[in-house]
Amino acid sequence: MTHVGYLVAGWGSAFLIIGIYTWVLIQRGNRLAKRVPVEKQRWMSARDEAERIGDA
Amino acid sequence: MTTTQEVVETGRFDTATGSRTTRMLGWALIVGLIVLLWLAFVATDPDIRIDAASGDEIGQFDAVRLIYVHVPMAIVAYTAFTVTAIGSVMVLLRRSVWWDLVAGASAEIGAVASALTLITGSIWGRPIWNTYWRWDDVRLMTTLVLFMLALGYLAVRRLEGSAESRARRAAIVGILLVINSIIVNRSVEWWASQTLHQQSTITDAAIEDLTLFTFMYAIVFGLAGYVWLLIKGFRVAWLERQNERFGLVEALEQRRAEAERTDAVNAAVDTGTGDQS
Repeated sequence: MTHVGYLVAGWGSAFLIIGIYTWVLIQRGNRLAKRVPVEKQRWMSARDEAERIGDA
Repeated sequence: MTTTQEVVETGRFDTATGSRTTRMLGWALIVGLIVLLWLAFVATDPDIRIDAASGDEIGQFDAVRLIYVHVPMAIVAYTAFTVTAIGSVMVLLRRSVWWDLVAGASAEIGAVASALTLITGSIWGRPIWNTYWRWDDVRLMTTLVLFMLALGYLAVRRLEGSAESRARRAAIVGILLVINSIIVNRSVEWWASQTLHQQSTITDAAIEDLTLFTFMYAIVFGLAGYVWLLIKGFRVAWLERQNERFGLVEALEQRRAEAERTDAVNAAVDTGTGDQS
């Protein structure tokens, strides 16, 4: 196989960056979920749907 | 995190940002990744052709395997910024919170994907073009501008100000993202003489058979990954919003309770003073 170093660098950087981003995203979610009541954690109700930016 | 006991009692399988759907999609992506790696590194052949005139071997050789990660990243970035632009229009037209959160989550993924497009493209360029980067190349520079614009969009979302003005300002930058994506995509056609980048590989039928299949598979895989990240990102953004609101409500309640306590103490002091006089 030719260009092994380039392949490792290219695919490796993709795995590394996406992996770090995914891990950070999941950690952010877990941390925030501890601060928000369970019934308010998901966007599910029609009331949520009707909500507009700037509404109190 | 939902405990086993809670799952049994409530029938819910949700965790902070996970659900049955994201978990199933997540497992499908892991299996899909293994298949992609097998296709990209084992099943497909390197790009080797014989030059008719000299009889020498020419082509990209194994460096061609980098296109299975580079092109899907670019397509994910374009898709992510298109979704951000749609969300931005909906924010401007309807002040929709849902679309605002979708736009923000999508732009974050777009920023990651455009950064990876630049990185993997640069690494691929070294063996193929003999250079990592050229400052006068329109495709490279417009992609860099796209990445910077995405960072700008994310920065604008975090600026001080009311939720409404913040969302509106971000929405305008969000629309610029899709306009720039079109410029990036078309740049190889519009300014063909000012770029080293090849034109569309798929429409030019430059690849075929298993290589084409792997290429398309990698794109579908990339888009499935985008969907998974978008769902997760949206849920995190929703939690952030709820946390902000409940943090505010909690602070107001604490302030109100404090004021009531102070009033009660003052009233007691006044009563005491009154009794003495």
